Amino acid sequence: MEILVCVKRVPQVGGKIVVTADGQDVDTRMSGFAMSPHEECAVEEAIQITERLGGGVSVLTLGPPDAAEQLREALALGAGRGVLLETDGREWGPTATAGEIVAEARRRAGGGPGYDLLLLGNEAADTGDYQVGVRVAHALGWPCATGIKGIEIADGTVRARREYRGAEELFEFGLPAVITVKEGINLPRYPSLPGRLRAKRAVIETHQPQWRPDGLRKQALRVPETERKQATVLGNGEDAVPALLAVLDELGVLP
Amino acid sequence: MTVLCLVELDGTGAADASLRALTFARDVAGPGGQLAAVVFGEAGAPAGGAQAGEAPAGEALAAYGVTDAYVIEPGQLAGYAPLAWARVLAGLVSQTGADAVLAAGTDRGSEVMAHLGALTGLPMAANCVSAARSGPGVAGEGAWQIVRQRWAGLLLEDAVLESSPALATVATDTVAPTPADAPAAVTVHPHRPELADGDLAVLATESATRSGGVSLATARVVVGGGRGVGGPDGFAPLEELAKLLGGVVGVSRVVTSEGWRPHKQQVGQTGTKITPELYLACGISGAIQHIAGCASAKHIVAVNSDAAAPILSHAEYAVIGDLHKVIPALVDAIKARGGSA
Ligand SMILES: Cc1cc2nc3c(=O)[nH]c(=O)nc-3n(C[C@H](O)[C@H](O)[C@H](O)COP(=O)(O)OP(=O)(O)OC[C@H]3O[C@@H](n4cnc5c(N)ncnc54)[C@H](O)[C@@H]3O)c2cc1C
Ligand SMILES: Nc1ncnc2c1ncn2[C@@H]1O[C@H](COP(=O)(O)O)[C@@H](O)[C@H]1O
Repeated sequence: MEILVCVKRVPQVGGKIVVTADGQDVDTRMSGFAMSPHEECAVEEAIQITERLGGGVSVLTLGPPDAAEQLREALALGAGRGVLLETDGREWGPTATAGEIVAEARRRAGGGPGYDLLLLGNEAADTGDYQVGVRVAHALGWPCATGIKGIEIADGTVRARREYRGAEELFEFGLPAVITVKEGINLPRYPSLPGRLRAKRAVIETHQPQWRPDGLRKQALRVPETERKQATVLGNGEDAVPALLAVLDELGVLP
Repeated sequence: MTVLCLVELDGTGAADASLRALTFARDVAGPGGQLAAVVFGEAGAPAGGAQAGEAPAGEALAAYGVTDAYVIEPGQLAGYAPLAWARVLAGLVSQTGADAVLAAGTDRGSEVMAHLGALTGLPMAANCVSAARSGPGVAGEGAWQIVRQRWAGLLLEDAVLESSPALATVATDTVAPTPADAPAAVTVHPHRPELADGDLAVLATESATRSGGVSLATARVVVGGGRGVGGPDGFAPLEELAKLLGGVVGVSRVVTSEGWRPHKQQVGQTGTKITPELYLACGISGAIQHIAGCASAKHIVAVNSDAAAPILSHAEYAVIGDLHKVIPALVDAIKARGGSA
């Protein structure tokens, strides 16, 4: 099984999200960066699948040179190969992003056996476009399932499960395929020390794709106006319990 | 304007998210516009159906101002197949000359619209809060001015969508389901899908087991527990409180990634979005990705040992203190009250 996992570098925002003065980006002067939890789970799932069935995991990101950091995070967990599609910092839309992922899949297939499985997140943490995986699948002519929370593979057939209205739906299809996953499909491991060292030394394959506009053009980002509340403090510790009880009573939630 | 809107059924009628999407779509279609619902009938629905001139959830569709309903009978298409559903929408776009195709930003809605975008080669704007086409004579005539959510609703993006038809999903948490001023007369069109090879290669089979009990997404009370709970053994008082209040326990991502609780209890951007009357957040700092999941709670009350925790600027009330003392005391107080009532 050769698996390609696609991860995106996004700001790791904590208590508050701030937009830059020009309204074009999230202010990251105070924040680190991470991949989305969905994508962390995609990396973990790929490693678990190859641990069971053999093969290797490649991990790809399209982003600025610093996005190599997210590739190294995945390499430290057990991915074997990192591919950086280096951008000049401009934001890429989902159609163009999908196009470059497809190009990588074709490059790989041109040089020998291609990927059997592409794993992505269900949606990116920042743009939340909900579509890169599906667009990749169409271009490759592969089956696709999204929002998956369980994957079994046997004899070239995938059984993929997801939640639907409190129950589960099951999809069965053949490989090669594209699957987008959600957090909860597994519990990602922590990197080992040897893993970290290997990741640090790993050579990352780099390409520089040409930016293309998307049909959806960003004008500006803004923080939605919500009435900023400051909680009324009912008191400290157990002494506040009578006041808390009175509030719950007023809200009509007491038995 | 002609607007197609995918309407999902939930076993009893039109799904709540789809009613919200219809409300949005009616606004886009404008007065005198054509609002066409696309409904995939469910197996086991009462006899009659489209051939008899009835649409599933027909009354709801009329109430929401739907003028036309394209109904695909279950016999025509055996269940949920994302690509096949997108193929049907693509066919109806050609047939009706629709100006826009919309769906609720649900798992299915998002998936089908992504397939439609890929099939047609058009862009798709996810989780829109508003959409309007610029009229004749205006700069950028025919382009769509969009406002959509990013970061699970923590940010809004103003954007221009250049596409005909416009493809978009609706951020359903921002649109209240609102019936039309006057119900419409719905013309029902039984629709025979023309599918291509492979459209059914990915087809859902639903397992019969539906988990019983109150679900996190719809619970009236959610008692939240975060890192402050301290470990897997700290949840018993929260569980007890939730049970007393007829609610469920929800948790932060720290709790699930530490393996203290299963992910299905996680509230937030990559967990479940909750909509309770009361969210009692205990030992949760209030990171924005957590807020993304609980911002639709009617009332938020926080129990936190840190009076400066960000959760306090989202909560109405707070108790400053150790949850391990406050929650058991609250449980006792509720029990004592119940005893004396
Ligand atoms: C893309 C992305 C998606 C994410 N999605 C989610 C998501 O879906 N859901 C989610 O929850 N997080 C999500 N996160 C993680 C999020 O950023 C935070 O890390 C997480 O919510 C913090 O959890 P916490 O509040 O339990 O822990 P902390 O931030 O560590 O807060 C613990 C709080 O407990 C209080 N406390 C400690 N001890 C006690 C005590 N004895 N009594 C009372 N109070 C006490 C502390 O004062 C503190 O406020 C996501 C992050 C990213 C980057
Ligand atoms: N710039 C990127 N680099 C690598 N993978 C990406 C990128 N953008 C999106 N993806 C992948 O596509 C998934 C869905 O993204 P989206 O459709 O943009 O919400 C993400 O979870 C990633 O797995």
